[in-house]
Amino acid sequence: AAPLAAKPSAYKVADKLTPQKDVTTYNNFYEFGTDKSDPAANSGKFKPRPWTIEVGGLVAKPQTIDIETILSSFPMEERVYRMRCVEAWSMVIPWIGFPLSALLDKVEPLGNAKYVAFQTVVRPEEMPGQSGFFQPINWPYLDGLRMDEARHPLTILATGLYGETLPNQNGAPIRLVVPWKYGFKGIKSIVKITLTEKQPPCTWNILAPNEYGFYANVNPKVDHPRWSQATERRIGEGSGLFGGKRIDTLPFNGYADEVASLYSGMDLTKYY
Amino acid sequence: MAAYAPPARYREPSIWALYILGLLPGIYAFYLGLTDQLGADPVRTFEHSLGIWALRFLCLGLLITPLRDLARLNLIAYRRALGLLAFYYVLAHFTIYLTLDRGMILASIASDIFKRPYIMLGMLGLLLLIPLALTSNRWSMRKLGPRWITLHKAVYIILPAGLLHFVLSRKSFTLEPAFYTGIVILLLGYRMIRPALMRRKADKRKFVQPQQSH
Repeated sequence: AAPLAAKPSAYKVADKLTPQKDVTTYNNFYEFGTDKSDPAANSGKFKPRPWTIEVGGLVAKPQTIDIETILSSFPMEERVYRMRCVEAWSMVIPWIGFPLSALLDKVEPLGNAKYVAFQTVVRPEEMPGQSGFFQPINWPYLDGLRMDEARHPLTILATGLYGETLPNQNGAPIRLVVPWKYGFKGIKSIVKITLTEKQPPCTWNILAPNEYGFYANVNPKVDHPRWSQATERRIGEGSGLFGGKRIDTLPFNGYADEVASLYSGMDLTKYY
Repeated sequence: MAAYAPPARYREPSIWALYILGLLPGIYAFYLGLTDQLGADPVRTFEHSLGIWALRFLCLGLLITPLRDLARLNLIAYRRALGLLAFYYVLAHFTIYLTLDRGMILASIASDIFKRPYIMLGMLGLLLLIPLALTSNRWSMRKLGPRWITLHKAVYIILPAGLLHFVLSRKSFTLEPAFYTGIVILLLGYRMIRPALMRRKADKRKFVQPQQSH
C-alpha cells in the first residue's frame, strides 16, 4: 500500500478507530480463502495495477475507466465509518474514497436504470481461493444496490484506508463501502459496474436466500436465522482475551437518520 | 490374530502423556490469548479452538474401534482419556461462551439457547457428555455392567450434535466443516456396516480354521 492523500470529510463517526493491523489482517475475502487470516496471508501475488473498471448497461456514456484516471479525476475524501459484519463483529475504519454517485454522473444513467450491479475480478492464478477442488462460491462475486442506495452520499467507492491505497486483502484497488449494510455488501476488487432495470443477483443471496437478503441492512431486530444480530463484538477493543465487550447493534448501523427514509413503508423483516 | 496393543508397562505413563499432550493446545491457545497473539477477535478464536479440539477428541475416541477391527491396532486403553479430553474441551468452550463471549448476560444467553438450533445442539452435546464423564471410572463400569455400554452409546448422538453445532455456526459450508462432516460420516457409517462385517469375519474364521488344521 502506497500513501494516498485525501481531504477530511464531515462523515466521521466519533468511535475509536479499529487498529490498522486488525483492519488488514481480519478479513472476509473468500477469493483468497475462507479463514479470516487467509486474505492477508494469500493475497501477495495479487496485482491491483494496471486496473480498469467497465461501467455500462443502461447509461448514455458507457466507458472503461482506468484506476489512475479515477484517482486523479475524483477528489478523495477520508471517511470514518462503522463496519458491521453479518457474523456479529464490527470495526471502525478510516476509508479513503469518493461518492459512487460521482462516478454514476459521469456515465449518465438512463431513465430506466433502477439498480447498480457490481462484479469482482476472477483471477484464479492470483487468487488461491478461486481454484482448488472445494469452491464455496460461484465466481465472480456479485452484488448490487438500488439506484437510490447507490446514489446516497454515504455510499462510496473506496480506494484506500488509513492514509494508504487499499491493501490487496481489503479489496484493492477499488471496492464498495455502504456503511449501513452488512459488510458482505461491500464488494471488493471491482472490475464491472452495470446499471440495470431488474434487481441484480447477489452472491450471498443466491447461496442462502433465507439468510442473506438483497438489502442486507444492519438491523438488530431482524436476526439471522441461525444467530442473533442484536449485539456485536467491536474488534480491537481490550487486549488479548479480556477487556473486549459486546455492544448493542444500532438500526442501520447507526446511520438511521441518514438512510431510514430510503425504506419507509417497507417491511424490513421481509426485505432483509 | 490378536490386535497389537502397546506393552502393559507403558500403558499408565502413556495415558498420562496423552492427557498432558491433549490439554496442551488449549493451554497454548490460552497463553496466546493472554499475550494478545490470537488475532483481531481473540475471544472468538479461543472459543472456536476449544470447540474444534473437543470435536477432534470425540472423533479420535470413535476411531479406536475401527482401528482395532481394520488395522489390528488396539488402543482401547486410551479411549477414556480421549473422551474425557473431549469433555474438558467442551466444558471450557461453554465456559468461555458464558463469560468472555456473552459476558454472563443471562437473559441474552437464555434466549440464545432456546432460540438457536446450533446452540441447542451444542447444549445437547454438553448435557449428554456429563453422565458419560461421570461414569467413566472403573467403579461405574462395574456397577452399571451391561447398562454402561448402552449409556455410552450416547456418543452416537453427541458426535453428530457437536458436528452440526459446528457446521451451523458457520456462515457457509466451507472446506473445514466439509472435512469434519466427512470424518463423522465415515466414523458413524462404519458403525452401521460393522455388525455385518463382524459376522462375515466370524463366519470366515469358522470356515477357515478346520481347513488349516490338517
